Amino acid sequence: MRIKIFISLKKGVLDPQGKAIERSLHTLGYAEVQGVRMGKYLELDMDAASRTAAERRIREMCDKLLANPVIEDYRFEIESDAPSAIGHQSEAKEKD
Amino acid sequence: MRWGVIVFPGSCDDQDVFNCLKREMGQKVKRLWHKDALAGQFDCLILPGGFSYGDYLRCGAMARFSPIMHGVVKFAQSGGLVLGICNGFQILCEAGLLPGALVRNVGLQFVCQQVYLRVEETDTAFTRGIGKGQLLRLPIKHGEGCYYADALTLERLRKNRQILLRYVDPKGKPLPSANPNGSLENIAGVCNETRNVFGLMPHPEDACSKLLGSEDGLRIFSSIAAHHGAGEKRHA
Repeated sequence: MRIKIFISLKKGVLDPQGKAIERSLHTLGYAEVQGVRMGKYLELDMDAASRTAAERRIREMCDKLLANPVIEDYRFEIESDAPSAIGHQSEAKEKD
Repeated sequence: MRWGVIVFPGSCDDQDVFNCLKREMGQKVKRLWHKDALAGQFDCLILPGGFSYGDYLRCGAMARFSPIMHGVVKFAQSGGLVLGICNGFQILCEAGLLPGALVRNVGLQFVCQQVYLRVEETDTAFTRGIGKGQLLRLPIKHGEGCYYADALTLERLRKNRQILLRYVDPKGKPLPSANPNGSLENIAGVCNETRNVFGLMPHPEDACSKLLGSEDGLRIFSSIAAHHGAGEKRHA
């Protein structure tokens, strides 16, 4: 399956990059823009017996390495685009 | 006293630390490669500055999983002295040996300058040889040195007196204008609760001779050596 992981700075953690981007947007005339926060986006492929198993593994990876819980939050999406992947997933679900 | 300096891929101040201890202070120092297990007897381990693993993902995020870090964590948990300088400080925070995190400087610029630091606490191995409130002049050189901790952690740091160094002006005042990177409460260095692990962004190893403009960095290393010497005497 294809996994998309979004990592963002926690509320309250300064984001000088976001601020600089916001100022640039204002300079370009996008005065309506506010609260720009910059984060990280990762994509990866992985094999897992089921969606639940994949979620557990991804959470583990994020907690251990991909995000720092002191300053960052994360969320992820599991994409099952390929037909074979969908088939594989429903099979796995039956096993659950 | 036996010192170990850990070398990660991308470390670049390990040689400076080595020279400072060996050449300036005549200490026994060994460089330790990050891929090896921690072997041998040491009294103080130093994680030097640099850009371990190219600072990829987050500064220190990958170095904390280097094989030698198992030994470093055990060493710290058994009361061994661990000093993290700059990138070493970032690694210790990532490893959970020190509270908080170091994020991008508020000004977004890499800062490279001399700063004044006020010694806030002296009941640690790292600062016992320096008077409370005394000023040190040390260089900083970093892009991600803005110290952050949540409100609860910050409160605990204050209560346990774990903030050992603050950025101050030449008169010793922790003014916002003396804060080079946006660190909370001008924090430049913190220790753990058991006071045997210390991390700081400034570089004491680069202020170890008159030729370099300051000898103040030696006071931190001498403090550690004196602490060790006192311990030896106690055990003798």
